[in-house]
Amino acid sequence: MTNPRLLVSASPHLHGPDSTAAIMWSVVGSLVPVVGAAVWFFGPTALLVVLACVAGALLPERLMGTPGSLKDGSAAITGILLALSLPPGIALWMAFVGGAFAISAGKLVFGGLGKNVFNPALLGRAFLQAAFPVALTTWPKPGGDFLALRGDTFSFPFTSAGVDTVTAATPLGAMKFGHASTPLTDLLLGTTGGCLGETSALLLLVCAGWLAYRGFLNWRTPVAVLGSVALFSGVLFAIDAARFPSPLFMLFSGGLMLGALFMATDMVTSPVTHGGCWIFGAGIGALVVLIRVWGGLAEGVMYAILLMNAMVPFIDRVTQPRVFGTGRPARTSGGAP
Amino acid sequence: MRSVFRFRHGVHPPDRKGLTAALPVRRLPYPDELVLPLQQHAGRPAKLVARVGDRVERGDVLAVADGHVSVPVHASAAGTVTDTGLWPHPSGAWEPAVRLAVDAHSAQAARPRLVPHWEELSPAEIIGAIQDAGLVGLGGAAFPMHVKLQPPEGTRLDALLVNGCECEPYLTTDHRTMVDHPRRVQLGVRILMHCLGVRRAVIAVERNKPDAIEALTATLPDDLDVSVLPLHVKYPQGAEKMLVKAVTGREIPSGKLPLHAGVLVQNVASLATVAEVFETGLPLVERIVTVTGGGVVHPANVVVPVGTKLKDLFAACGGLRDDVAEIVMGGPMMGTSVGNLDAPVLKGTTGLLALRAHEVRHEPARPCIRCGHCLDACPVFLNPQRLGTLAQASRVPDMADMHLKDCMLCGCCSYVCPSHIPLSQLFAAARAELRRKESAA
Repeated sequence: MTNPRLLVSASPHLHGPDSTAAIMWSVVGSLVPVVGAAVWFFGPTALLVVLACVAGALLPERLMGTPGSLKDGSAAITGILLALSLPPGIALWMAFVGGAFAISAGKLVFGGLGKNVFNPALLGRAFLQAAFPVALTTWPKPGGDFLALRGDTFSFPFTSAGVDTVTAATPLGAMKFGHASTPLTDLLLGTTGGCLGETSALLLLVCAGWLAYRGFLNWRTPVAVLGSVALFSGVLFAIDAARFPSPLFMLFSGGLMLGALFMATDMVTSPVTHGGCWIFGAGIGALVVLIRVWGGLAEGVMYAILLMNAMVPFIDRVTQPRVFGTGRPARTSGGAP
Repeated sequence: MRSVFRFRHGVHPPDRKGLTAALPVRRLPYPDELVLPLQQHAGRPAKLVARVGDRVERGDVLAVADGHVSVPVHASAAGTVTDTGLWPHPSGAWEPAVRLAVDAHSAQAARPRLVPHWEELSPAEIIGAIQDAGLVGLGGAAFPMHVKLQPPEGTRLDALLVNGCECEPYLTTDHRTMVDHPRRVQLGVRILMHCLGVRRAVIAVERNKPDAIEALTATLPDDLDVSVLPLHVKYPQGAEKMLVKAVTGREIPSGKLPLHAGVLVQNVASLATVAEVFETGLPLVERIVTVTGGGVVHPANVVVPVGTKLKDLFAACGGLRDDVAEIVMGGPMMGTSVGNLDAPVLKGTTGLLALRAHEVRHEPARPCIRCGHCLDACPVFLNPQRLGTLAQASRVPDMADMHLKDCMLCGCCSYVCPSHIPLSQLFAAARAELRRKESAA
């Protein structure tokens, strides 16, 4: 018997079924129904916004990312998540610029996948909010003519076509600036004004639940976010029910569900330890209540998550696992995460 | 009572034991040549005493123990010593080895020898006999057994823990030992309990081996406190730290031995060999090996003389298939890849896997996405994510601060990593560098 050509490799020689690409494309898959719901509520415009953001995200990844990095699906996720955090009537060129900014300044400058500190989609949104504050706060009313455009979708860059559209305040805006409450069933089903993805809380819960079941999402983070929002707003509601919104309203309105379930759980920008996820989530929840109730903005999920993203290396450091047989956690040494 | 009979974390790889689990152990004909490396155990290599041209009988000493943490090497067949130079070792290096041309006409009977009854021997005499027989742990690590049997002064042992977990996928050597030779295992338990002076022994077997549990339960002695404890199936249950935690609920302190938790762990195959040594007087010259994997034509559990070349072993099992991709000595999680089929079976060889391309999934490493799955897998609660980052930056001293030495190289982190980062390989390399630095200092 002659020696066959043999591979010589280090142990282990078996590998589990998961891969980075499988995780990322599962997240994309879980967002498909959410995009579908956005199309249902806001018409084909919603789909155009999603496509514009994804195209904007893929372009710099293709030009500047490591070869083949498009296949891992992470740039597509950033594009879709960014689109879901935008108003349906936004001009497509703005959506495209947002996607390109999210990937280039939010991810590639840090060194690509796994190296970024901040959630790229939220960074893209923060950029758009700073650059185009009016476009980012114009909320078309859901329903109406399915095929109608919801804003100046096809306007040229830096011009305004000024298409008339029926707008409506978001439930949070109505609460903050008009002290008007929205029925809970509308919030659950999504028949309210708002971003593409901040409409049906129920659908978001189902999609994220599937991801958590597959082990691709640490359920502790959203539970901690929602729990701490419920706790803090519940305390405020108990103090003065007339001045502060009810915890249920806080939980199901605005971008909280989308943020807690899909943005805060981004693996790269959240803690690796379970204890860290609890702290991280609780911090986001507290900041959301703080910004919504006392801040100048109606919505605070974006800044809450971005601020807590910055805390992740410190959270990781104080929540190191306790090494077997020592009774104390491992010391971590300083430096970048 | 959640902590009892359980250890936390770990992984559930596909077990693939079905290929050989039901096959009784069979004996192979002697090959024409055997190769016995002097380094077959943890510790110092044995010191050569045989000369080229010597005629030896089965069980004769070829090399003697060199110091305390060392054991002799015996001729595993009658024949003539033809060479004592270098030969391919399964580790990949060329190591000193004794080549033995097997006498095809010999009956392969050992020299007649006087075997004293073990009950008449003192513990020290038993331990001496065990070292003289060249006994090592047969579960894979090949640590000299007599060293383990001499706890330092002042340690109190309250139980012998018998490891029948065999948590590595594919392997069925311990399984078949328990099913085919339960009485031998029980006798080994009896001898060691006598030697150590412990009153209690627990045989721990994973639940995926019901026939082994049944065979051992049926042969339990009436006069001793020995019990069979079925454990749920999880890798790496067979690691001493995990096994002691699962059975006793005690954590072995970092850097310490199971003795510090009051138990001594021995593998079932090692115990069966202890019984054989005191029954026949024959030293460790043969062992049970599982030859399996999709790349071998007839997977089997076989008894082979130590020193059988891998190519002879595979040929006796129907040969290798054309699409075999990798040969692994030991289990797939911790075993070593062997590139040269002239390398021989060692005392610590539990199995040989001939894996096809679809059984080994080798993919290029991608960036870490901080999913944290490795933290959930690590049975000693390290942070492989952080350690991997440090390893890639060659920050070995920082890794030492993060308890690199507690890593058992079990491979759980690499197994779960979705980015296919070779974490346990990085840790093995870092530990080697740490040892170099420490020995230089």
